[in-house]
Amino acid sequence: MRRLADLYEALDQTTSTNAKVEALARYFQEAPPEDAAWALYFLTGQKLKRLIPTKLLVGWTQELTGIPGWLFEEVYASVGDLAEVIALLLDARERPARTEELPLSAWLEQRLLPLRQLDAAGQRAQVLSWWHAMPRRELFLLNKMLTGELRVGVSSTLVVRAVAQVAGLPAPSVAHRLMGTWTPSPTFFRQLVSQDVSDGDSSRPYPFYLASPLEQPPGDLGDRAEWLVEWKWDGIRGQLIRREGSVHLWSRGEELITERFPEIADASAALPEGTVLDGEVLAYADGTPLPFALLQRRIGRQKLTPKVLAEAPAAFIAYDVLELGGEDLRSQPLRERRAKLEALLKDVPRLPVSPVVQAATWEDLATARGEARARNVEGFMLKRLESPYLTGRKRGDWWKWKIDPFTVDAVLLYAHPGHGRRSSLYTDYTFAVWNGTELQPVTKAYSGLTDAEIGRLDRWIRAHTREKYGPVRSVEPEQVFELHFEGIQSSPRHKSGVALRFPRIARWRTDKKPRDADTLDSLKELLHASG
Amino acid sequence: MTVTPQGLYCVPGGFHVDPWRPVDRALITHAHGDHARGGSRHYLGARAGKGLLHRRLGADATIDTLDYGERLSINGVTISFHPAGHVLGSAQLRVEHGGETWVVSGDYKRAPDPTCAPFEVVPCHTFITEATFGLPIFRWDATEQVAEDILRWWDANRALGRAAVLFCYALGKAQRLLAELAKRTDRTVFVHGALHALVDVYRDAGVHMLPTRLVSEVEKGTSFAGALVLAPPSASGSTWMRRFGDYETGFASGWMRVRGNRRRRGFDRGFVLSDHADWPDLLRTVKDTQAERVLVTHGYTEPLAHYLREQGVDAAPLATPFEGEAED
Ligand SMILES: [Zn+2]
Ligand SMILES: [Zn+2]
Repeated sequence: MRRLADLYEALDQTTSTNAKVEALARYFQEAPPEDAAWALYFLTGQKLKRLIPTKLLVGWTQELTGIPGWLFEEVYASVGDLAEVIALLLDARERPARTEELPLSAWLEQRLLPLRQLDAAGQRAQVLSWWHAMPRRELFLLNKMLTGELRVGVSSTLVVRAVAQVAGLPAPSVAHRLMGTWTPSPTFFRQLVSQDVSDGDSSRPYPFYLASPLEQPPGDLGDRAEWLVEWKWDGIRGQLIRREGSVHLWSRGEELITERFPEIADASAALPEGTVLDGEVLAYADGTPLPFALLQRRIGRQKLTPKVLAEAPAAFIAYDVLELGGEDLRSQPLRERRAKLEALLKDVPRLPVSPVVQAATWEDLATARGEARARNVEGFMLKRLESPYLTGRKRGDWWKWKIDPFTVDAVLLYAHPGHGRRSSLYTDYTFAVWNGTELQPVTKAYSGLTDAEIGRLDRWIRAHTREKYGPVRSVEPEQVFELHFEGIQSSPRHKSGVALRFPRIARWRTDKKPRDADTLDSLKELLHASG
Repeated sequence: MTVTPQGLYCVPGGFHVDPWRPVDRALITHAHGDHARGGSRHYLGARAGKGLLHRRLGADATIDTLDYGERLSINGVTISFHPAGHVLGSAQLRVEHGGETWVVSGDYKRAPDPTCAPFEVVPCHTFITEATFGLPIFRWDATEQVAEDILRWWDANRALGRAAVLFCYALGKAQRLLAELAKRTDRTVFVHGALHALVDVYRDAGVHMLPTRLVSEVEKGTSFAGALVLAPPSASGSTWMRRFGDYETGFASGWMRVRGNRRRRGFDRGFVLSDHADWPDLLRTVKDTQAERVLVTHGYTEPLAHYLREQGVDAAPLATPFEGEAED
């Protein structure tokens, strides 16, 4: 556990990627495989289910520290992280500096996972005895595991790079072996770093290649003829695998979603053995994609009734073929993969090939961009025809060129304290637009301001508070912000009747007065444009 | 005592304490910007803080001073200043009238600090306490421990040929760091212009600190590899930082106790070091003064007052525009 705490601290205390990879590599070099497997489990963003209800942990902390409930709430509102709050409150100065050390795997397998078999009294006795004996850093990590929130702020690309470095393997092989589901065992870790390449789990997807947002004018990309242009579909990026007689559909979040989309699974039965496709799951009818909201409705359902299936039929729009006849095609140029893809999916229903946008010049393409919204797409994907299928977000070969976002000017009405990294500042805001003579809250937004602006706004909020509702403050309706968002839907759940997609703050319009803010009616007009 | 639009006011004495608007007669606890504001006719403070008050209020401000513990009668009210242990020359103000004693703490801490006189417990009927860190999560480690950590961080960066840029409050924290590190090394530290003049005031007051050099006086092209640089937090992210080449950043502040505060501001390292009392010391001090009534100002006023009431102390928040010291 101490070794993990050292790693966590090292990752936490640097903003340099090289230093992070170095710290990770050092860890994987030194840790025994059974510990390394568990560390990897957390580092790749997997989580244990909560082991102990939060309410109990809070109760025991109060019992040990004599902190009353209201004060615990106050502290939580200021820190925003339960595991940290508990570690800080229990941090009496006479805590032992050195304590008994147990390896990470033993902590998990012998202590933490068995907690599930104990009743509340048994759990209490265990947890209190650990809390008593642990230094603050380890105590914080323990709490994170108990609450099922242990996340280490490091990208999986860096983790892969570190493991690859230690194992002496190419990063893509490590990334591939980490895909799909696996259990943290010493055997798994040994296989992960082994030189033997004949391993195989037939359901395992390839790591996705991700496009980077285009920030320069597309003309800078060079000759238009060297680029394949597709619409950027607004659905669920996925990988469709047909191997050894079964079909597996993975989302980019590495979730198996095959059963959510039976019509896609059925259609895939027509594919030859040893086929892997990259594409997008969309709600789709009569050869046309439907709005993302429809697909979302379907994801939210517990049961897929015939009615739901009929309302939002799904299709898999294929972008690329990564494996054919069991052969890994990723190093071939896109030009060739695309030809194979088109031949393969000719006349396969529910698996259309993503159409190519025909526009001879970059200027023509800019014009075609205007159609994007009507087509329920987010913009264009630009892919270099000579590019191999890479891993992760590597700049240069794949770009996404988004259509401009919608904008609205809205008035700040409520402020909420941030969580985690932004605790003890007001960083989350509720914004309103005019509905007649009243300001109607329409959306929350929290990203988009610089740290300096957040600080300035935080001071303004404290000095212009009207009322406090627990941690939330209502403020004088004086500040106007320009918000950007990607779409708008009608929503009976919201009092305003509309819900914005991906709202964020574009700028603080200190030049505007509240009366300059937009109206609810003007927002509703966008409903049609947004579909 | 009462609160007027100008600030805390003693009615029989006819003076304000740390007023936030210009008044005729201002008694000042210490030279921080939220306590010592310009524009008043007469100022009165502790002698040890005179140099800093002049830097803050201007060379031609009218500032009278008293030694710690020296009594003065103003319109029949007896006042005296007592060490608060916060920064050089910081004071608590004792006010006595008609058998009633009040103490205005200003900002204070109980931890030892080689740059100023240690906090003195002054028994009183009514105690006005600060609450900058008035939540039970705020507990400070021993200063020696933190100073060791900072030195180790400097050494680690030195070994890698990197500069270590440590942000800190320009008045008080910077000088305390220089004095604490002077117990452990004699290397020269580079300082930002905002700290420089204040360091001189401390030196004039006889505080022993590490030798310092002004960053802007260093010849162009000089390498800062292995150097420790002290700068105010406002310099973070500015073009001023470019000259240091490869560097790590740290911030020495009580706020660094909470991980999110450090992460949000993007500092590599946070060192928990404050010139304010932590939660246990706030509670201890209230007890030590034997006050019958406690008024709470600065920072987490509501939680501290509420908690004290639950402990049987007659306590209430005192509304002032002070928000506590964001950088400390
Ligand atoms: Zn102060
Ligand atoms: Zn203050």
